[in-house]
Amino acid sequence: MATATTTNKLYARRRRRNGLMTVLAYLAALFGVGWLVLILGVLLWEGFNGVSLQVFTEMTPPPGGTGGLLNPIVGSLIMTALAVAIGTPVGILAGTYMAEYGRYARLSSIVRFINDILLSAPSIVIGLFIYEVMVAPLGHFSGLAGAVALAVIVIPVVVRTTEDMLLLVPNALREAAAALGLPRAYIVRRIAYRAARAGIVTGVLLAIARISGETAPLLFTALNNQFWSTDLGAPMASLPAVIFQFALSPYADWQSLAWTGALIITVTVLALSIIARALTASRKTS
Amino acid sequence: MPFARGRSVTDIALRSPALQTSEVPSRARVLQRLRLSDLVFRTLTRSAALLVLLLLGGVILSLIRGSLPAFGTFGLAFLTTEVWNPVTEKFGALAPVYGTLVTSAIAMSIAVPVGLFVAFFLTELCPLWLRRPIGIAIELLAGIPSIIYGIWGLFVFAPFLQQTLQPFLIDTFGNVPVLSTLFAGPPYGIGMLTAGLILAIMVLPFITSISRDVFDAVPPVLKEAAYGVGCTTWEVFRSVVLPFTRVGVIGGVMLGLGRALGETMAVTFVIGNAHKVSASLLHPGTTISAAIANEFTEAVGDLYTSSLIALGLILFVITFIVLAIARYMLLRIERRIG
Repeated sequence: MATATTTNKLYARRRRRNGLMTVLAYLAALFGVGWLVLILGVLLWEGFNGVSLQVFTEMTPPPGGTGGLLNPIVGSLIMTALAVAIGTPVGILAGTYMAEYGRYARLSSIVRFINDILLSAPSIVIGLFIYEVMVAPLGHFSGLAGAVALAVIVIPVVVRTTEDMLLLVPNALREAAAALGLPRAYIVRRIAYRAARAGIVTGVLLAIARISGETAPLLFTALNNQFWSTDLGAPMASLPAVIFQFALSPYADWQSLAWTGALIITVTVLALSIIARALTASRKTS
Repeated sequence: MPFARGRSVTDIALRSPALQTSEVPSRARVLQRLRLSDLVFRTLTRSAALLVLLLLGGVILSLIRGSLPAFGTFGLAFLTTEVWNPVTEKFGALAPVYGTLVTSAIAMSIAVPVGLFVAFFLTELCPLWLRRPIGIAIELLAGIPSIIYGIWGLFVFAPFLQQTLQPFLIDTFGNVPVLSTLFAGPPYGIGMLTAGLILAIMVLPFITSISRDVFDAVPPVLKEAAYGVGCTTWEVFRSVVLPFTRVGVIGGVMLGLGRALGETMAVTFVIGNAHKVSASLLHPGTTISAAIANEFTEAVGDLYTSSLIALGLILFVITFIVLAIARYMLLRIERRIG
């Protein structure tokens, strides 16, 4: 009888503990998703208040004036495009070496390790690096330096996805092509790249999503510019840098423009990640 | 893009000049050319791979070179000096390093338990139809740029804390010996606690998604065996899943820590930028990345710039070690799961 009650007690205690932990897990999940809802909610509320055609057609205003975000939007587009143009080929080629030529080479495992570290290295340090090698020797800030800083962030993302996606391509495809007498470079370019295309494009999209919100590496490479400028040799405005400047200013109209800019960036980033997700998802099911 | 042209494998092989001629010299020439183009492509990919190594080497070398004047002037005392005075050109890294470590510690102490619980929820408790939407929501949270967290923190979160949590902490712990120093001072809103809390929200999705992935990789047989002998869901998680995936979880946590240490914009908005080591978490402080972001463009004089670059070097060394451990741990769990 006595043992029965102690087992019952023990059993009840285990059940209570399980119940408590289950409740905690539910709360934690609510907490995690709650922040997303909260942040996006505030962002939509504050950002949409300022959205108008003016935002996309006028330059950044002086304090107290009216204006839009045309020059930072164009600056961001130029630097992002250039960064992708520089970073993507390098990233794809490096990923190709690791998955195709040097799959079992020592160099590949070293590059993989270093690349993973670059992938999560603090972006402000990348900014310092580009400042040291491009801005300081040339003596002035430039849009080009900003683009190169962003390219340094693009490269590891593209390297990682390219390698992963090429490794997923079945070896039977490569062997069949080799049996037809195709040289290695053809096998890679005509067979492996084609089979892994959706994945590689996803990687590039994720890289664009990543850099379109990056602020830290732009602060002292591209700096900022209050005026219209598409000159890569001169300081260039960018959305994140303008948000940083306007949000910390005491002027209400600047702060409202900062919210609008934040909304534009977030919508872009979320759209890119959703497209990237859809691309890989459709590939998995087919 | 070479692969975009619509030609099939056999087309290429049939059109290959090597097939259309039987003359030995021209065949040899074609083969030679193919070999050469292969070599060129191979060399190209290899140099791109080497470029990745060069990038990291370049980052380290340029930071060391840039920080030489600062370390030359202040020596190792740079690490232990609190003074940061641009006017007298006296600089020390103690306050930013302290702020970086404290904010990251606050972030991790909240994000690790919550992240593990969310992953526990996603892998063991969540109804199947909810798993994907919640998983996607968590990953979107990870994708939101840090400047968005920053502007939200400055305009929404900091004022909210100033009116609710901070007065509460001051009132509650005001008379408790140790805690009263931790939570001393007026509720500024901005400060190290606010920065740490925002970092926690930012790091949470990283820890959650990696933990979920490694939890998912536990062989079902192990869990079923534990359920079979009568374990509760929590006991299965605590005594089977967690020990099996420990290495991977540590890897994920370190990856999150690496992000928290180097995070710039979100912190810069809400930390208050004061080069002071204060015991109270409610006081404004600064972190390495916030100091660089705030002062670098305004830094006049080589010593000032160099001191900021030296801060960057310290940050890079710390995050490099943390990330290297993280990758090593994740590699180990990958090998174990196969």
